[in-house]
Amino acid sequence: MIYEASTFAIVLFIFFVVIVLGLSFYFARKTKSASGYFAAGGTIHWAVNGIAFAGDYLSAASFLGICGMIAYSGYDGFLYSIGYLAGWVVALFLVAEPMKRLGKFTFTDALDAKFNSKAIQFTAALSTLIVSIFYLIPQMVGAGVLVTPLLGLPHWVGVVIVGAIVITIVATAGMTSTTYVQFLKGGLLIIFSTILAVYIFNNGFKLVPDSDDQKYHEFIELNEGNMQGYELVTNVEVKGHKFAKMENGGINRWFEQTETGYIEILSKTVEADGDELYNGEPKENSKFFQVGHMSKIIVDGEEVKETGALSPFKYLSTINNSEIVRFLKEHFEDGENSVTVWRQEITQGSDMLIPGLKFKKIKEESMIGKINFISLMLALFLGTASLPHILIRYYTVPSQKDARKSTIIAIAAIGFFYVLTLFMGLGAATNGVLDVESSNMSGPLLAKAFGIGLFSIISAIAFATVLGTVSGLIVASSGAIAHDFIDKFLGKDLGDKGKVRAGKIAAFAVGIIAIILGILFKGMNVSFLVGWAFAVAASANLPAILMVLFWKKTTAKGVAWSIIVGIVTALGLIITGPTIGEQFFGIAKENAIQPLDAPAIFSFTLALITLIVVSLMTQKDNSTKKFDVN
Amino acid sequence: MDHGPAVELGVDKASAKKAKLGVWLFILYTIVYAIFVAIGVLNYEAMGKIVLGNQNLAVVFGFGLIILAIIMGLIYNWICTSYENKLNKEEQS
Repeated sequence: MIYEASTFAIVLFIFFVVIVLGLSFYFARKTKSASGYFAAGGTIHWAVNGIAFAGDYLSAASFLGICGMIAYSGYDGFLYSIGYLAGWVVALFLVAEPMKRLGKFTFTDALDAKFNSKAIQFTAALSTLIVSIFYLIPQMVGAGVLVTPLLGLPHWVGVVIVGAIVITIVATAGMTSTTYVQFLKGGLLIIFSTILAVYIFNNGFKLVPDSDDQKYHEFIELNEGNMQGYELVTNVEVKGHKFAKMENGGINRWFEQTETGYIEILSKTVEADGDELYNGEPKENSKFFQVGHMSKIIVDGEEVKETGALSPFKYLSTINNSEIVRFLKEHFEDGENSVTVWRQEITQGSDMLIPGLKFKKIKEESMIGKINFISLMLALFLGTASLPHILIRYYTVPSQKDARKSTIIAIAAIGFFYVLTLFMGLGAATNGVLDVESSNMSGPLLAKAFGIGLFSIISAIAFATVLGTVSGLIVASSGAIAHDFIDKFLGKDLGDKGKVRAGKIAAFAVGIIAIILGILFKGMNVSFLVGWAFAVAASANLPAILMVLFWKKTTAKGVAWSIIVGIVTALGLIITGPTIGEQFFGIAKENAIQPLDAPAIFSFTLALITLIVVSLMTQKDNSTKKFDVN
Repeated sequence: MDHGPAVELGVDKASAKKAKLGVWLFILYTIVYAIFVAIGVLNYEAMGKIVLGNQNLAVVFGFGLIILAIIMGLIYNWICTSYENKLNKEEQS
């Protein structure tokens, strides 16, 4: 679809950027020491830190990715919300206080507190960089996704703008400015998502979801007695679905053959010369419609055309009893043209509210689908407490008690937001707002259906979301390079100011890498990408963190080898898996080298076993050290 | 190349008891989470059964896991604070 920039949105966007940069320059004057740059001097109030945690965590994946996934695949998207939130339990009960007690600037400090080992310093710094870059990719993709409708600019421009602003934020005031940006953005995201949810409940459901400024497209239905001037050009059958190209007035449109005739579908045709046609016409003709509606609404056993306002629970029970039309993608060749169609699929509301629309293979007898599902849920559960940009936030508060209390604030704020994601996703699925080319835009486009003002605010906050999370990730990466690698591993005594300078240079370099990757990965669902970051983090970091804290026989070599095995196995399985194969090498998913998309079940287990075995083999290394982490 | 925390921390005599409590609460939550995942894998259709207030098991269990995390967090904080008040005060006196 074509997005038009709104003046209000542009003004709001500039206002947000000015506030964020103003905060950074204000704090820059106070941030001269390494402690101030990497850990905000350990002076942040626990309540502020708790909301800043939420700001860090509720990234583009949560707002853009999860809402989009719920809009297209129902409850399967909400599983990400559940898994992401559950991960905070690991952080609170096992990691928060010891992490605060043992570390200084980075999570490597905590791992290495017992050993002072070069191997740990190197591998943990490497792991921090890899996990942070994996997590950066979806944030930058999200930035590009947002800037297109907000400012009317291309994807790559959005990525470059975010990169430039974030490098400025981090390079000026490090963790202090990042914390207050996160606090501001986390609070605003929760407040305005709540307002959006109120709009959703107030609006209820309509069979024809017209909004104030846009009528919902009426899909053409043809039958033998009434072809409305359309003539059949060609037929194509894909996976049991029959598609027909029809010509009318010199324009070709695609329909799906039904039992009674033909129904219009959405199509994008890339012609041999590279020209793109949307529903048979150039993009600027605006014939590529926003979609997503209900085909049947049942309230208290009665079929109705609209419901009026609904309570949250009535909203869910109404969906459960009704029918939703989803638009599913198919791809085929038509002569020299490459055609992508989005066909209408009537889906029972009850199916939208259970797992299985995205994770279809859990319905099959095959074990692969089930293992993939378990592996994903394991990665989400174990990943949170292993994310370097989350762990470093424990060093910004004054005490262990504050670390614990800020985690509880984070759980409450994040949990509340995740409950809202289910309503926002389902609202997007049924209010005729979906852009089938960009699932990530579902949440902001839903806001647009309720007014350009709300859309502009929500989009600007979502943009700030990306800024905040990317800032946190770049602080974590720069800490890994300047503190863990240069200062500790290489043993270069940079001094306090030198370490801050090295951190700023590292932030610049990582920012540039993030920009490049954000452009390369355009088009992937951001929550799916974050799932990988969680898998790598859980495999590389968590076995080491947990065993250092809870197993006295853990040795430095055990920790280092566990990190290496975790990284290599997780990355190896991701790279050889079905999604990378299809996205980058054009290999059909069924022909992938190995069938797993979610590696954590193997990579985490292998890393844990490695740590135990290597530690038992190197017990003599611990014989001269006496240290109790509790 | 110091490894200490960014700020000076006092001695926390309650840390061992808090760690033990944390492990038990973690195990409890993990069991509930594992049951949720197991139902999803082994009998996903059971998730569609209406169980409470016209809501299906998936919605009730999903919301329940989120609310449970918040409640357990509050309980954990309350018990930890009482450990700290008791043991760290004993230490001071």
